[in-house]
Amino acid sequence: MFQYIVRRIFLSIPVLFGILLVTFALARLIPGDPCRAILGEKATQAVCDRFIREKGLDKPIYVQFGIYLGEIARGDFGNSIRFSMPVTRLLVERLPTTVELSFSALFVSMLIGIPLGILSAVKHNSWVDVLTMVWANTGVSMPVFWLGLMLAYFFSVILKDTPFWLPPSGRVSPGISAPPFNEVWGLTAQQGSALDAIYQFISRLNILNALLTANWELLKDAVQHLILPSLALGTIPMALIARMARSSMLEVLGQDYIRTARAKGLTQRMVVLKHAFRNSLLPLATVIGLSLGSLLGGAVLTETIFGLSGVGRTLFEAITARDYGIVQAFTVVIAVFFVVLNLIVDISYAYLDPRIRLE
Amino acid sequence: MTNTDTQLATLDAEGLSLKSVSLWQITWRRLFKRKSAIVGLVILGILVVIALTAQWIAPYDPIKVLLGTEPVKPRQAPCIHLLGCPADQPQHIMGIDGNVRDQFSRLLYGARLSLMVGFSTVTFAIVIGTVLGALSGYFGGWIDNLIMRIMDVLLAFPSLLLAIAIVTVLGPGLINALLAIGIVSIPAYARVVRASVLSVREMDYVSATRALGGNPFQILFYRILPNALTPLIVQGTLGIATAILDAAALSFLGLGAQPPTPEWGSMLGAERNQVFTAPHLVFYPGAAIALTVLSFNLLGDGLRDALDPRLAHISG
Repeated sequence: MFQYIVRRIFLSIPVLFGILLVTFALARLIPGDPCRAILGEKATQAVCDRFIREKGLDKPIYVQFGIYLGEIARGDFGNSIRFSMPVTRLLVERLPTTVELSFSALFVSMLIGIPLGILSAVKHNSWVDVLTMVWANTGVSMPVFWLGLMLAYFFSVILKDTPFWLPPSGRVSPGISAPPFNEVWGLTAQQGSALDAIYQFISRLNILNALLTANWELLKDAVQHLILPSLALGTIPMALIARMARSSMLEVLGQDYIRTARAKGLTQRMVVLKHAFRNSLLPLATVIGLSLGSLLGGAVLTETIFGLSGVGRTLFEAITARDYGIVQAFTVVIAVFFVVLNLIVDISYAYLDPRIRLE
Repeated sequence: MTNTDTQLATLDAEGLSLKSVSLWQITWRRLFKRKSAIVGLVILGILVVIALTAQWIAPYDPIKVLLGTEPVKPRQAPCIHLLGCPADQPQHIMGIDGNVRDQFSRLLYGARLSLMVGFSTVTFAIVIGTVLGALSGYFGGWIDNLIMRIMDVLLAFPSLLLAIAIVTVLGPGLINALLAIGIVSIPAYARVVRASVLSVREMDYVSATRALGGNPFQILFYRILPNALTPLIVQGTLGIATAILDAAALSFLGLGAQPPTPEWGSMLGAERNQVFTAPHLVFYPGAAIALTVLSFNLLGDGLRDALDPRLAHISG
């Protein structure tokens, strides 16, 4: 097992290098003059010349790439032009929104998708099965941005003045106090230190922060705000998960050992949940892992629609505004996250199926 | 194809084969046994008809501003005579958009663009992906390693984000958006082709062709690649669905089709802030996208089942 993990980690090194190369190349290829994009349209030629010399932009491209690699190795992503602050600080500020959104979307999609898939496999060809499949096919076909807007319209306009009303945008309602957990707990950290960044990151995860500080008002409000974006973002993975759960369950349920389990008089519940479900997990792990990746792409659209300033929307705005610092840093973070995710999926395969790690 | 045909004909002449049924006939028959595939085919058929006849069936010019020619206001709600809209008002069954154009006509024309987007990006990706996958699988070694690592890197980015980045480099516009979506979908096809090349590369009939003096390209194109056809068709059909969704998303963000082009994604994007006051302007274009994508998904699923040789004994 350990050997397998080490081998997989080594295999992802060239991919990581490739990601850095592509990100660097894309950021350099974005049309426009970096100096005037950073210092403003009115920068004089002399100022620009000095800027280019200081930033090493006059050196050969491979030297620039080397400088870039060195900066990243030191955790220095440079400054954002538009926000004039270090990109890492911006990341600490924006990443929690996306993390919270992606995980709650994944949570919703697994919570509904897996039971639905199992149910429709167990009741194969019944109306439950047909309905689930019709719904799953529709689910994967809906554009995230449309679904989000329609949900917002339905829950905040049509259901206005009913108990089912949900807020159409933002993360918390104005006026809700959300003291960070470290202040409540009396923990302090030096401003700008790594510990401080970690505290900030955690306290910006509203739900976690609310739980840590026993702030039930904040918890309720944050959950209310999360429901619609999570549903919008979670629908496609939900449909994929339901479909995969159904088909892998069907395959497993047809096998001999299931018949044996039934023959020895186990209840349906035992057979399905203990014997069949475990073996249908492997393909499910693939779909869940791959969905997390598509969630990050979908987050751009969901965050735009629901007015959330997360990583996706910030990156999109940075690309259109040619904010190189943000583009390079955020893309790298997302892609690395993606690679790590694939690594976890692969390792979980090896854990779930011993045949893989022995190969 | 012609090779197989002549072979079958020879077999027929020698009285060796019973009634010959081609793979496509079997597939077609099996496809028609699945309700969901039929639904997909019907929707797709209707969309193709709409796309081909848009200029005759659309009641208005899709980019003509109706201000001054008709008593209509921007973002006016749908007016359908059959549903009780006064007969003295002009009929706009899907309402008027923010620039005072007939939404229904724009939607009909949008079908053209959407289908074109789907087919062109997937064709582009299949051609490049097949070449890369075939080279990689057939020659192996460092070529394989290089190509597949590049594909891994492309796959390491969420596809929509990579497409956004590529469009930014190339500049916004429909053609560039198509190119970007085509590029990000290459790895899927390259992998499919490589896998099927690897699975037959060492088979006896390939060695036989090699022993007979066939050159690598002959072997690759006539002996090996036909095996990749069925997975490619399935992948391609499902890929069209994804391509249409991604293109709509790019247009929604303002990076794809530019106004006044009647493209569903950009129609939706332009009116997205009006969703609470004029929901019809958001609902219809999105529903059209969903329906189109649904038809390709249903068809792709049906094809996958119909082309799966493991199911051959079930029907045929």
